[in-house]
Amino acid sequence: MSFKSAVITFPGSNCDRDALCYLKDLTKGKVHNIWHEETSLPKVDLVILPGGFSFGDYLRSGAMASKSKIIDEVVKHANDNRYLLGICNGFQILTEIGLLKGALIRNKKLKFLGKNCFIKRKFKNNFNLSIKDNQTLQIPVAHNEGNFYCDTETLNLLKNNEQIAFEYCKGEFSDTEENINGSIEAIAGITNKKKNVLGMMPHPERAYSDFHQSQDGRLIIESLIS
Amino acid sequence: MRIKILVRLKGQILEPQGKVIEQSLNSLGLTEFSNIRQGKLIELDLPDNISKEEKAQKIDSACKKLLVNDIIEEYEVLG
Repeated sequence: MSFKSAVITFPGSNCDRDALCYLKDLTKGKVHNIWHEETSLPKVDLVILPGGFSFGDYLRSGAMASKSKIIDEVVKHANDNRYLLGICNGFQILTEIGLLKGALIRNKKLKFLGKNCFIKRKFKNNFNLSIKDNQTLQIPVAHNEGNFYCDTETLNLLKNNEQIAFEYCKGEFSDTEENINGSIEAIAGITNKKKNVLGMMPHPERAYSDFHQSQDGRLIIESLIS
Repeated sequence: MRIKILVRLKGQILEPQGKVIEQSLNSLGLTEFSNIRQGKLIELDLPDNISKEEKAQKIDSACKKLLVNDIIEEYEVLG
């Protein structure tokens, strides 16, 4: 059975095209592109909320997009135990919807970070099954608000339920810091309790093709398909 | 009536912009200022003929539904 997927586009999304190509090339299945004003979502295995600056990041990153018409359908999709992946701005939107815990605040050093970063798996889930223990992935980040914050109680919950999917780590470049943006416990990606919803700041859709510097982003889709 | 809502990051959350403002003021010789934190002010109009309770309820609803993310922010209605 072929793997079906969809990418939601909001005004200001700028990684929707990359996400569509990423899904088309790696899943070989049907990929839908859905405008945020739509009120129905086809039955698909995976929905991606792409990166970008939806609604100009007005008020808070992801705040406006989280109130879009399509979001009710996205929540239903997640409640049906199907996969939902929020990348960068998509992660911010998922926290604003409340599907994921915590919030993403300004990077600690107030700089927009557009560079390669290194992450590794923290706890195993269906999004990172194909990644080996202690394997370091090189994946680009491009964000201003990627500093993951949650209170101690929530952090304990995320740890106890094994909801931390990825954490930043030291890589091969000497200028790469271990925790690039000041996130609590260097968290780069978390899931919901049922582990069918993942939010991550790094962009796997910018690390899959031969012309990319790294192809480590393939591992996310390979994990889901396997 | 004009309503002003002050939204700021909760006290325990690092507010890096305030830190940078403080450093800049210090470098200008204004060293008396400390613990600077930057927030945002939202101004809006509400009809004059609504009751005090209704006004409070409407503002509260707008803040909880959209204007404020209560995981990281707190708000105060200034008038």
